[in-house]
Amino acid sequence: MNAYREITHNGLWKQNAVLGQMLGLCSLLAISNTAVNAISLGLATILVMGMASLIVSTLRGLIPYEIRIPVFILIIAALVTVVDMAMNAWLHELYLVLGIFIPLIVVNCIVLARVEAFAAKNPPGAAAFDGVMMGIGFVWVIGLLGAIREFVGQGTLFAGIDMVIPGLSAIQVLPEDYPGFLIAILPPGAFFVLGLMIAGRNWLDARANERARQRLLLAGQSSHA
Amino acid sequence: MSDPQDRLPLDDTPPAPGEVQRQPGAMKVSARTATVLLLFTIVFTALMAFTHDMTKPILDASAQAQKLKLIGEVLPPTLYDNDLLADAVTLPATPALGLDEPSLAYRARKGGEPVALVFEACANNGYSGRIGLVLAVLADGRLRAVRVSQHKETPGLGDYIDPKKDKNKSNPWIEQFSGQGYDLALGGHWKVKKDGGRFDARAGATISARAVTNASGKALIWIAERRAALFALPAGTTLQEKTP
Repeated sequence: MNAYREITHNGLWKQNAVLGQMLGLCSLLAISNTAVNAISLGLATILVMGMASLIVSTLRGLIPYEIRIPVFILIIAALVTVVDMAMNAWLHELYLVLGIFIPLIVVNCIVLARVEAFAAKNPPGAAAFDGVMMGIGFVWVIGLLGAIREFVGQGTLFAGIDMVIPGLSAIQVLPEDYPGFLIAILPPGAFFVLGLMIAGRNWLDARANERARQRLLLAGQSSHA
Repeated sequence: MSDPQDRLPLDDTPPAPGEVQRQPGAMKVSARTATVLLLFTIVFTALMAFTHDMTKPILDASAQAQKLKLIGEVLPPTLYDNDLLADAVTLPATPALGLDEPSLAYRARKGGEPVALVFEACANNGYSGRIGLVLAVLADGRLRAVRVSQHKETPGLGDYIDPKKDKNKSNPWIEQFSGQGYDLALGGHWKVKKDGGRFDARAGATISARAVTNASGKALIWIAERRAALFALPAGTTLQEKTP
């Protein structure tokens, strides 16, 4: 079980796809203008990552090393296409919201990176778990980024939630006459907010390292005394 | 803090040499690799084809339902009693509608009397890409309503042209066109206020509004001037434009 805990820690924080590895920034920056868009794309990404990792890991003995990348891309592209068509048919309302984002998952390099770095070398259970955990790591970052941009940009949270879950409505956080802060919604806003988030993560990590060092120093002193 | 099994390999080092006992000919290796790739391609293409066949009937049905729903937004079903989708005429590719392909105009009637024409138009000068419109023009030449059927305008900025995304739910932006006569368009007032016209646009996002306004005005004139001819055509035929 220790391995699974490490996979979880890697996916959510240490090797977080966005904050740690800076992968998948293309779709991340494009879709994070509202919380609902961001989280919806993230959920579809989790689905594809879990399935791609599972399939690649299961077939890993059959894939010649030299052509692994084309085969991985083939598998991922086929999976995304299947998910795209299946959602269009059976989850049509959600598809209308997410439709244009789903093909973007193919070019999201997180999927390929995890398949290449982990799924191709590990058994199916661990691989699928890693895919899902990396996906969750992606979701919380893109969701937070989307929420911050939406809050600063138009003063709401979860605008458009009624398209995913009918009956719910957006939360108006700031007063109705909030003029909006356009740059937060436009692409540059995504870079600014993401930059701040990465800085925040680095600060937290640096603080944790500093504390660990001081604990070690203290432990060293007390053992001398 | 590095775990080698979990890092992106930056170089393409092949597997340990012990695994390769004999060195088969390069041709043989290439042929085998190509075969494997071909097999993967066939299997996964078959998977996609299978899903496509499975979902196609559902997709066609939901596309049809979507169309009726969209038509219902510009023209409530209570206003007509004929089979709207069957009572259609083909319009030739018309620049005034922004379409470079033939499209369909549906004719709504009640008790045999003309009620309205429902047709598509397209605004080609939006902020990003084409904006698809569905319009209903009443038999007296007034615009019943216009709706955006598809667009890629900036979410949260220009997408208020779609009433579902409009923050002003009680009085959506696009409703200001409803009930306007085509004489307004002929008189040159079918423009956003910034261009000296009659219609509002939200500050900071005029381009999307201008595109919808101009395209719907042009389409309204074009259809309204031909409405008598369009209602007279037999269903399933194409409108023939007299070349000047």
